[in-house]
Amino acid sequence: MADVALQPNRVGAAQPARKRSGLQKALKRKSTAAFLMTLPLIILITLLVLYPAFYSLHLATLNKSMQRFVGFGNFEFLFKRDTFWLVVKQSCIFAITAVLFKALIGFIVAHFVHNIPAKGQRKWRGMLLVPWVIPPAMSTLAWLWLFDPSYSAFNYTLSFLGIGPIPWTGDAAWARFSVILVNVWYGAPFFMIMYLASLKSVPDQLYEAAAIDGANWWQRIWYVTLPMMRNIIAITTLFSLIVTFANFDIVRILTAGGPLDHTHIFATWAFRIGIEGSDIPLGASVSLFMVPILAVAAIFILRDVNKRGNEA
Amino acid sequence: MADVALRKVVKRYDDVEAVRGIDLDIADHEFIVLVGPSGCGKSTTLRMIAGLEDISDGDIMIGGDVVNDVPPKDRDIAMVFQNYALYPHMTVAENMSFGLRLKHYPKAEIKARVTEAARLLDITDLIDRKPKQLSGGQRQRVAMGRAIVRNPKVFLFDEPLSNLDAKLRVQMRIEIKKVHQKVRTTTVYVTHDQVEAMTLADRVVVMNKGRIEQIGTPNELYHKPATRFVAGFIGSPAMNFIPCRLEEVGGTLQIRLTDRIAFALPPARAARYNSLPRTEKLLLGIRPEHLTESHAHLGPGIESFDTVLDVTEPMGMETLVYFGLDGTPVCGRVDPNAGAKDGAPMRLAMDLNNMHLLNEATGVVL
Repeated sequence: MADVALQPNRVGAAQPARKRSGLQKALKRKSTAAFLMTLPLIILITLLVLYPAFYSLHLATLNKSMQRFVGFGNFEFLFKRDTFWLVVKQSCIFAITAVLFKALIGFIVAHFVHNIPAKGQRKWRGMLLVPWVIPPAMSTLAWLWLFDPSYSAFNYTLSFLGIGPIPWTGDAAWARFSVILVNVWYGAPFFMIMYLASLKSVPDQLYEAAAIDGANWWQRIWYVTLPMMRNIIAITTLFSLIVTFANFDIVRILTAGGPLDHTHIFATWAFRIGIEGSDIPLGASVSLFMVPILAVAAIFILRDVNKRGNEA
Repeated sequence: MADVALRKVVKRYDDVEAVRGIDLDIADHEFIVLVGPSGCGKSTTLRMIAGLEDISDGDIMIGGDVVNDVPPKDRDIAMVFQNYALYPHMTVAENMSFGLRLKHYPKAEIKARVTEAARLLDITDLIDRKPKQLSGGQRQRVAMGRAIVRNPKVFLFDEPLSNLDAKLRVQMRIEIKKVHQKVRTTTVYVTHDQVEAMTLADRVVVMNKGRIEQIGTPNELYHKPATRFVAGFIGSPAMNFIPCRLEEVGGTLQIRLTDRIAFALPPARAARYNSLPRTEKLLLGIRPEHLTESHAHLGPGIESFDTVLDVTEPMGMETLVYFGLDGTPVCGRVDPNAGAKDGAPMRLAMDLNNMHLLNEATGVVL
């Protein structure tokens, strides 16, 4: 046996005389290494997110021919147009209604799936995720056929019940209903899978304790499940609100904003004005208008999450 | 407060019988501990009393009423879980009062009960904290407080101390005993720790493989175990089991352990074992504390023998010595000053007045 002593500074101490250059020292620092490792991502975000964001800010301040700086001129113009306020209203209705139903349906379906015995659960989880994994542009095309006023499966089926034909995409109210329906169909599986993961993380003993404390089924959901899921619900809702607000493909394919602009939301209207109408600065102004609305929502929701973050 | 009775209670999971027909009567105010190795059915039994598991067969009665199909909330029981199961989003006071609030008790009474329970458990200062801000021991107190405020007929404890460190466990054990002395509620307590069982219980129920091996006071189980399982399970270090046989030499009944070692049985024991066939394969059960260093003047029934120690374990107040008898490992407890050393010869004394004789095949204590 021998005595062993660690001498961690030996290597460094052996060559104290050698002078290191400033660059070498900087490279040795942990923070430098961390910075270098994240650099690819920083470059990517700068190129693909920050540059376009600031460029669209710049664009929004130009006139239609992009020659002249007009300041807030585009926004002043937008605020005077009824269609703009229609789009604001429709975007809010679309996003809030869709997120609400996605959350509700996701929550209910997650409960059902959670109660399926483990054996069959994978199968159901897989099947229920299908709407979310199909590219929405493709699945919306299928919905478009289903919604066809004269030859669609929906109207054909309803005709046996003596209902219809329903103008799914032809009437303003029905068209709004249709785009929300498709968005809910597409997005509910995401809520389902998030809520299911969250449900699985609630310890069974909490439910047992609640059962002994005298809580019925509803009280167990209200006093145990929902509080335990609050953070996931908040984050999922915020995330979905952002994505739904910025939705483009479903509305674009299903109604293209019609009839008479009654289903336009920010992204589709910005596209209509900016790309199809060749007024890129005005289109940029429309799309920028989403930022303050989403920022307010994000602050409200995330503040609550931070407050409770360390509870459990 | 109420008595609890189990009548031929069975729990089946598909093909497996976890609990195989248990009969148990628990008197009012009694502190019963169910103890056994993991998988013996003790937790399942407790959960059936709580109503968290359905009963496959038999009856469970609380206060004379059959509660087989009564949901947990209507059984008037309170349960303390192993991982406390406190609601993380509620404060200590809210956790404790949750059951009362659901039952719409008047606010003043809820406050009075919570204050009283908090005082009893010494958690008055923690009443506004969330569970996350509490230590393990404090959480355990809150979990007990939640049970106490309900003033139930029966307390059920499911391994409540197994998440605590050794020192805190001893402290909380005493705390639980004190609380029971004050509130006197009928208590069923599940543990795998025989020390907890011995120290807390009025009566201990030793379970094994879904059946009750023996029910008795801690002293009864220790001194008069009914089976090899109970004899080996209760007591630490465990009882030694040494293969032996009976033989009669010159009119005295002897017990032969090895070719070299045979002891004459004390008269009381000889009379008890005299009728046993001499050919039967037997086990001598002897606790380590009845295998000590030999003295010049040994009392009646205490026999000495020479052996070579394999290993010694100094524990401070005593030294555990390990040696072999014809290949059977045996443990003894000697005085720390008796000079026990690893690998050294030593003369030990066996107190045959405290011996047990077991049938090797059936494991029954004779």
